[in-house]
Amino acid sequence: MILQTITFYLFAAITIAAGFMVIAARNPVHSVLYLILAFFTSAGLFVLIGAEFIAMILVIVYVGAVAVLFLFVVMMLDINFTELRQGFLQYMPIGGLIGIALLIELIMVVGVWQFGPEVAGHAVPQATTDGVTNTEALGAVIYTQYVYAFQAAGVILLIAMIGAIVLTHRTRPGVKKQRISSQVYRDPKTTIEVKKIPPGQGI
Amino acid sequence: MTIGLENYLIVAAILFTLGIFGIFLNRKNVIIILMSIELMLLAVNINLVAFSVFLGNLVGQVFALFVLTVAAGEAAIGLAILVIYFRNRGTIAVEDISQMKG
Repeated sequence: MILQTITFYLFAAITIAAGFMVIAARNPVHSVLYLILAFFTSAGLFVLIGAEFIAMILVIVYVGAVAVLFLFVVMMLDINFTELRQGFLQYMPIGGLIGIALLIELIMVVGVWQFGPEVAGHAVPQATTDGVTNTEALGAVIYTQYVYAFQAAGVILLIAMIGAIVLTHRTRPGVKKQRISSQVYRDPKTTIEVKKIPPGQGI
Repeated sequence: MTIGLENYLIVAAILFTLGIFGIFLNRKNVIIILMSIELMLLAVNINLVAFSVFLGNLVGQVFALFVLTVAAGEAAIGLAILVIYFRNRGTIAVEDISQMKG
């Protein structure tokens, strides 16, 4: 139990520190790396609470796909990042004010909240309910009760993929490509011209 | 000293606030703004999963999965828009984006 407490505070501290460094790092590449750290440690928090499937999906989707996408874009765009940070201190007071106000509000909400009796019943996070693993229970729910929402999520991903391809695809004018159909449909009658040349005169 | 629901909620609240703070702090850099949005979605996911586990109800984790899906799609579309914006303008400063006059 004490080990669980120590692990929670360690992971929570690393997550918050990494989250702070995401917005405070000078170099956006470092920001992305701190974002990856934040995702990893929050996956650790999820494992600690007993939600293994979400934790693994978080590592695969966020760290493996989203964060690497960010890394690619940051590294491929040739941007002067120091110029973009010029208003950093100028926005600090108003941003800090709003952030602190929001944090106080959120913590007051959580602090004053009277948790229902069913929450107190599960004071210790339970990884499994009656011997079923988290992944198995989640799968039993997703593919039966929430199958339409699950399919809608798939459609959203498809639309996002098509949208990203359509947005970034461009046809450059000066590029010569092989057009097989026009090669196949080439006709000797239109492309070859036979000229009668009398001997000794030239054209 | 056991770890209860409120510990997770406070971690999520701090992460959400950091996301808001990041949007205000890096007003010019779209990449950091997108990363701040990812942080906020992560905080929402922590809330959903914590409530789901402590209430013994799996629906929260299902919705965390859907939030994850939307976050992935949003990151892909946002970065695609960023790439074509950079290709057209040669910069990613958000302040210059006023062409649409919305």
